[in-house]
Amino acid sequence: MHPSQRLRDPTAETSSTRRSRLAPPPSLTGQSVALLDIGKSRGNEFIDRIEKRFAERGIATRRYKKPTNTRVAPTELLQQIATEAKVVVIALSD
Amino acid sequence: MTSRPIELGDYDDPIEACYARGWSDGLPVVPPTDERILRMLAGTSRKPDEVVGLIPPNLAPCTIEKVAINAVMAGCKPEYMPVVLAIIEAALEPKFTMHGLLCTTYFSGPIVIVNGPITRRIGMNAGLNALGQGNRANSTITRALNLIIRNVGGGLPGGIDRATLGGPHKVGLCFAEDESDPFWTPLAQARGIAPGKSAVTLFQGEALQGFTDQRSRTPEELTRSLAMGLFAVNHPKMCEFGNAILVLSPEHYGIFRRAGWDRARVERELFEALKRPGKDLVIGAGGVPEGIGPERANDMVSKFWPEGLLIVRAGGEAGMFSAIMAGWLAGRARDQTVAVSKQIRE
Repeated sequence: MHPSQRLRDPTAETSSTRRSRLAPPPSLTGQSVALLDIGKSRGNEFIDRIEKRFAERGIATRRYKKPTNTRVAPTELLQQIATEAKVVVIALSD
Repeated sequence: MTSRPIELGDYDDPIEACYARGWSDGLPVVPPTDERILRMLAGTSRKPDEVVGLIPPNLAPCTIEKVAINAVMAGCKPEYMPVVLAIIEAALEPKFTMHGLLCTTYFSGPIVIVNGPITRRIGMNAGLNALGQGNRANSTITRALNLIIRNVGGGLPGGIDRATLGGPHKVGLCFAEDESDPFWTPLAQARGIAPGKSAVTLFQGEALQGFTDQRSRTPEELTRSLAMGLFAVNHPKMCEFGNAILVLSPEHYGIFRRAGWDRARVERELFEALKRPGKDLVIGAGGVPEGIGPERANDMVSKFWPEGLLIVRAGGEAGMFSAIMAGWLAGRARDQTVAVSKQIRE
């Protein structure tokens, strides 16, 4: 084989672990829904509207906010949400 | 070398093999063979197994060897390695927010300005067509960073890169500043790098908005005119929201130079010229919903933060055209995401 026919892997050579998502709960009755504002413009307006819709249906919500959209969420915040809610609505974009 | 070897068949096309494995940004890459990687590693005295940092979004460790492999693929020469390594280190500074820059729906990507003697040694272009095609160093250095983000970090367009439109600068935009006039303080020195040292400055932005002014003859006229062009960054009514690079061409710079305006004066005068009455900028003003909050109606509002406009010199001698590179909208969070300068280790 010609030596130029051997390449080296430019990737991190890690293999990702694929985890299946939690199954959605059959009903939101009795659930507390986390509403996460990731810090983008007008994310608060989206969350306001969603919060109102949930309230109209008698579903409890708790609001959370990332300090800034430019960075990943702090671990403490993710742990807090995971502890306090089983369902999360994220205002991803503006 | 410790990276996984990949044996190709005698009739395989190595460039196509790289495409097939998803290692390309869409343009052909130089196949990373052992001979090429070893030559690239000779461009640095750092050990191949040294970890440069954790590359977002997967926060995967990146060794000098992986940098060399991706630099080969980008088309770099070994003598570019110190610049490439400085760029990676700057991109990994937390305040550069590389992860967020990659994820954004906005146009922005890393834009690199190189200052200092290394730009002459490796033949970077700061003159004619400095922001265009045709120079190997300009064309490949930032491409190496972007390939590392893709291949080592796992940052793929359509994956975690959610750009609505993106732009050609996301392949890799890099240029050198014209430092031929000692009267002008180069960008790196203005940002704290010692004279005589080489440095990179990374900015979160896009290329590019042309600016034309063929009639201004005084620095005051040109300042007012440039301010009009700069107001278009992001949106004319968005203020204290983003940042920008202004690339002054030699003919425009000459107007300031002949009047004795140095960098500090140009920056100061432009900052003042880039203020507008809040009543013209607030939401709804001029029949345009986009704008700043109504609480600013009675203020004079600056377009950029005082440190938000980076001015550099580049370009060919003829043409009263300068260039504006708009910054990322995340610049509104003044203390969260900023341009980063880093001295090049040689």
